[in-house]
Amino acid sequence: MAGIRRHQNPSPKNPLLCVFAPSRNKKHWGWPDVFLKNLCAAGAIMAVLATPAYARGEIVKIDGSSTVYPIAEAVAEEFQKARRGRVRVTVGVSGTGGGFNKFCRNELDIVNASRPITKQEMEDCKAAGVNYLEMPIAYDAITVVIHPRNTWAKTMTIAELRTMWEPAAQGQITRWNQVNPAWPDQPLNLFGPGADSGTFEYFTETVVGRARSSRGDYTPSEDDNILVMGVNRDINGLAYFGYAYYEANKDKLVSVAIAAAEGMPAVAPSVQTVQSEVYPLSRPLFIYVSAKSAAKPEVREFVEFFNHNADELVREVGYIPLPAKAYAYNIETLVNLRLGSNFDGETGAGLTIGKLMKMEAER
Amino acid sequence: MDPRLAELRALIARHKWNDHLFARLGLVCTMIAVLMLFAAILDLFLDGYQRLDGTFLTSYPSRHPERAGILSSWVGSAVVMLVTMVSAVPLGVGAAIYLEEYADKNWLTNLIELNVTNLAGVPSIIYGLLALGLFVHMLGLGETILSAGLALALMILPMIIVATRESLRAVPVHIREAAYALGATRWRMISDHLLPYSMGGIMTGVIIGMARAIGETTPLITIGALTFIAFLPPPPITAEPPFLSVDWLMSPFTVLPIQMFNWISRPESAFHVNAAAAGVVLMIMTLLMNGFAIYLRYQIRKKIKW
Repeated sequence: MAGIRRHQNPSPKNPLLCVFAPSRNKKHWGWPDVFLKNLCAAGAIMAVLATPAYARGEIVKIDGSSTVYPIAEAVAEEFQKARRGRVRVTVGVSGTGGGFNKFCRNELDIVNASRPITKQEMEDCKAAGVNYLEMPIAYDAITVVIHPRNTWAKTMTIAELRTMWEPAAQGQITRWNQVNPAWPDQPLNLFGPGADSGTFEYFTETVVGRARSSRGDYTPSEDDNILVMGVNRDINGLAYFGYAYYEANKDKLVSVAIAAAEGMPAVAPSVQTVQSEVYPLSRPLFIYVSAKSAAKPEVREFVEFFNHNADELVREVGYIPLPAKAYAYNIETLVNLRLGSNFDGETGAGLTIGKLMKMEAER
Repeated sequence: MDPRLAELRALIARHKWNDHLFARLGLVCTMIAVLMLFAAILDLFLDGYQRLDGTFLTSYPSRHPERAGILSSWVGSAVVMLVTMVSAVPLGVGAAIYLEEYADKNWLTNLIELNVTNLAGVPSIIYGLLALGLFVHMLGLGETILSAGLALALMILPMIIVATRESLRAVPVHIREAAYALGATRWRMISDHLLPYSMGGIMTGVIIGMARAIGETTPLITIGALTFIAFLPPPPITAEPPFLSVDWLMSPFTVLPIQMFNWISRPESAFHVNAAAAGVVLMIMTLLMNGFAIYLRYQIRKKIKW
């Protein structure tokens, strides 16, 4: 036994064993050595795990709403180009709620939000000691779309939309002429976003009158491309989603002009009608910047870059930019570290740019 | 002719015909599977070939579909796979060796075996949630390459364990006895005989696991890989001492299947072309990985002489 012992490896206490292990087994095929090497590599990883302090590069961490994502992505792309890769920006897609969840745990620099911060989220942030700067950065117009050969429903009132979408319509309102007798006796096929979406929340609140209250017997999809396809293939189809998807699929769909009430002029969604406050289904989009992060130069630069280039980039990705003074106001918010929300937990439904600007002026 | 002979011949002919028929049926079954796969690959290729060029592989994602590329996502996939392999293979093989060669047969071992077998069937979202709770929050590793690699390693661990055990069991018992007869300790027997002989089977398990891991999105979405990333992880070699850096393990990341998912859900159809092209690259990466492993396995098996 003692004789065998002598030929065995040096004691594994020696950390250099990892380096020298392969030489021993030269005449064999070397597979046990690879195995040993892997073991050593795993050991190296464990060693890394044991070191909590690791150098962190300059990273601006953004997460949140999928609606705001295209804007933040465009800004991140241009910002990184302008800084020649010295600052790294990540933009995640966790949804507005998921984004605030992380934001209030102090995991993010900026959260994208397709609605103002809620009361609950304000409390969560407060409990974690997270202060924030609120910045409206664009407008979205919820767009109701129909098939291009649908000739009868080119204009609609909010009341007609409510008849179609309210919970009471479930199983009852199934044909176009039940909504408006002037429309044909054909099946009404509805498509819409799923219940997790901010668009769904906003649409139900503005049209039906209560957030998240909607009929359930329509074809839901979180993927707006499915909604586009659905209506594109069905002359009796109708769907609603964000303006950017309509903008990108103008050749396949027609937007419905919406009248706020009977007898009022019907307005189609466009940059002009939203900016001049006549389109009834528009909503503001936000970013919230953590006050702690706003002290970091790279986050500061990013937010400045965001507001300076918002007009062009927001337009490019299919949303509606705010007037120039709104972005100037955001810069002021950053410079003066104006904390908190203007909305006090309200949803911001029916909020036009003018009202938003007035609210901000009053503060 | 003897009528009984004729009857016998007819019977043989009939059975030969049945045999033939069954062979054809088997061929049809095989072809259905192969053709489906072939059609899927062809469809993906036809959709995406126009974007498949050098710049697609060397540019970052962008909001302009014609400028967008997969540099950050294919590098991300590669490094996550590296972490997965380096952590899952030694753990899996080690566990399998213990269970097969060292563990006593008692209720605890049975319980562990039952668990390992069942873990192979757990939906990947569960591993994602586990990784989110354990690696991202409890261990504080954050949404990093390391967390992702470890999450996928956990996912493929049962496959590697099961495959390794199967191939250890396949080594003839006289090999072990010969080694013991020459005075080898158990570990020498394992490391010098069992492992080399069973390496082919172990590699198969690793291939299957890695092939599943590289296409997996679900566990990575829960740890925040659904992200716009237009940079690479920091290089592992630095200019200043100690020259080696592990910062790349702590870098945010994205991977190919998630980049595809991101592009598919965009309104502009030009992005759907990009997604198909990224799919082709993902498939090529998987094939390369599998091909390399099959080559290795062939080389190993060639050298085995019982």
